[in-house]
Amino acid sequence: MELFWLAISTIAIGVFGCVAWFWGSNWVLDRILPAKGPNAGDNIRRANQIRPWLFLGPAIVFLGMYLVYPVFDSLWRSLFNSNGTRFVGADNYAWLLSDGKFRESMLNNMLWLLFVPAASTAFGLLAAQLTDRIRWGNIGKSLIFMPMAISFVGAGVIWKFIYEYRASGEAQIGLLNWIVTQMGAEPQIWLSLPFWNNFFLMIVLVWIQTGFAMVILSAALRGIPEETVEAAILDGASPLQVFFKIKVPQIMGTIAVVWTTITIVVLKVFDIVFVMTNGQWGTQVLANLMYDWMFRGTPDYGRGSAIAIVLMILVTPIMVWNIWNARKEVR
Amino acid sequence: MEGMAGQKSSLGWAVNIAAFLLVLLWTIPTLGLFVSSFRDRDQIAQSGWWQSFSGSEQTGFVRSGTEGALQDGVWVIEGSVTADGEQLVAWGTSAREPGAHAPGDTVEIDEGIDITVADDGSYRMVSDTEFDMRRGERIFVTTSSPPSFTTDNYSRVLSATGLGRAFMNTMTVTIPATVIPIMIAAFAAYALAWMQFPGRALLTAAVVGLLVVPLQVALIPLLRMHNEMGIGKGYLGIWLAHTGFGLPLAVYLLRNYMVGLPREIIESARVDGATDFQIFRRIILPLSFPALASFAIFQFLWVWNDLLVATVFLGNTREQLVMTGLLRELMGSRGGEWEILATSAFISIAVPLAVFFAMQKYLVRGLLAGSVKGG
Repeated sequence: MELFWLAISTIAIGVFGCVAWFWGSNWVLDRILPAKGPNAGDNIRRANQIRPWLFLGPAIVFLGMYLVYPVFDSLWRSLFNSNGTRFVGADNYAWLLSDGKFRESMLNNMLWLLFVPAASTAFGLLAAQLTDRIRWGNIGKSLIFMPMAISFVGAGVIWKFIYEYRASGEAQIGLLNWIVTQMGAEPQIWLSLPFWNNFFLMIVLVWIQTGFAMVILSAALRGIPEETVEAAILDGASPLQVFFKIKVPQIMGTIAVVWTTITIVVLKVFDIVFVMTNGQWGTQVLANLMYDWMFRGTPDYGRGSAIAIVLMILVTPIMVWNIWNARKEVR
Repeated sequence: MEGMAGQKSSLGWAVNIAAFLLVLLWTIPTLGLFVSSFRDRDQIAQSGWWQSFSGSEQTGFVRSGTEGALQDGVWVIEGSVTADGEQLVAWGTSAREPGAHAPGDTVEIDEGIDITVADDGSYRMVSDTEFDMRRGERIFVTTSSPPSFTTDNYSRVLSATGLGRAFMNTMTVTIPATVIPIMIAAFAAYALAWMQFPGRALLTAAVVGLLVVPLQVALIPLLRMHNEMGIGKGYLGIWLAHTGFGLPLAVYLLRNYMVGLPREIIESARVDGATDFQIFRRIILPLSFPALASFAIFQFLWVWNDLLVATVFLGNTREQLVMTGLLRELMGSRGGEWEILATSAFISIAVPLAVFFAMQKYLVRGLLAGSVKGG
């Protein structure tokens, strides 16, 4: 109950504080530079120069403190030893290159990058195309979209249950092993199966992200001009040809957006690996490796920061591409 | 798809079936967890959840009593081999053939001793002489029980595992972390969309860039910053962190939406002498409700489902755990107890699922505003 009041009062203070800031600072500005009197014109001009920064102020402070500054601080810290007392130059990065776990993580991240966006986009496209053509399409869409609302940890529990293993001969309570034994094969401990266990983790993320891809691609498909499709059909194109040669090329831009958005999610993937295997059996990924170095018995902030910077470098091309597109649009 | 009318009838069935299979594939994992959370521990261990609707068969044995009673000149022991709700399928008297006899059969187990097990599970052992057994006779029975579900797991989990506390913690983290960024972002978005000032394009670009900054980069610096500022680990820290991390998306979504509002309304309000503050409060804010709702849902789902930020900024003691953190801990400490895991997981995803189904419209709208324009 105490917690409840703490939360309520924080909301009140937070909201009140925000309102007080925006309202108060505007009021002060209007007092200092009144829009009347002898200098009215001058005052209005000067007030209009200042006012945007009052509106933007809190956002800029937060973005600066919580996102911009940390990037540079991490970069700086990655040049220091484990507790930040000694400058070590590029030692942490040299260590990364020689570390087996890091190479494993990089390799796995690449696998994730290839598989998850491709599979999610493909399934999303399929789901969009199918659900747009049936009467109960909206219900179908909702159900495919639903995993979006489930936490990665929750999804981890859900899928771990599916991969659950019981010794051969016992009743299989994991769906996958049950299907496998029904077909006459031996049950497997899927999550420690070398190499393939990565894919069993990736499937969880594909399951979550497909709905996102479907929603966006479905809107794009519906935006395709009807005439182009009709013209193709009149010319005798088969449904498959219409789909791949007429529709897909027209939504290429949207596919790219979906692909890059999922790529970002993939690069940051942490929870799924953390709760399902914790990077054992060859499933380590960068984000989990970083967490590992940050929270082990004696944390190594230098190495942790170096791994974080590697992640930052990996997202940079997408960041630049996004900004490029956004600026094109603004103009 | 009117243009496809010609193919519709022939493809219709195929499309319906394919769509159904796809939806089934996407629903089954969650359904399995949901069903399992209503089964008790033994049921979960004995059979897959997909078999729970058809009832289950068990084989075991019971021992008869040892004291006979004299009835009509013969010695008789009576009793029952089935529990309430169980149906007798078969029975037997040796471990090698536990299901040798059908209900209602009479079998001679020893010289002069007959046993009958009836349909309803009651048995009757009859002997000409007085029984002389140290232990009861073993009767092997195969019984089937009808599908049965229970809500015991829920009451158990809520009282014992600390889930109630974790639920409160998650609430405490989520609500302020959803409300505060909206306020800050709305003002910033208005400035970026409708106010003229040098550096506007640059700031907009910066917001787009910050959208993809990995959280991992921020963890170590912010943890140290919070320690130096004296915030340490606690609710204040996590609220601030979530506010910072949620802002780029909030500003971006709201700006995109506000830019699309009709210019004439805002211009005419300016001409009428309204200040920016008044325009924002009286015109922009009410008109932007859909975008505000979209972001609120995103942020709510993201904060509620977050594990990383909570573990780093809130801490890992029992009193501090949020639901995702508790769930993770249960996966480690109660790994095999699926009835607990399934129930806890379902409780933790129930609220986001409810929000999702209730507000799906706004979620979809927000996604479209956030992504399609970028292409």
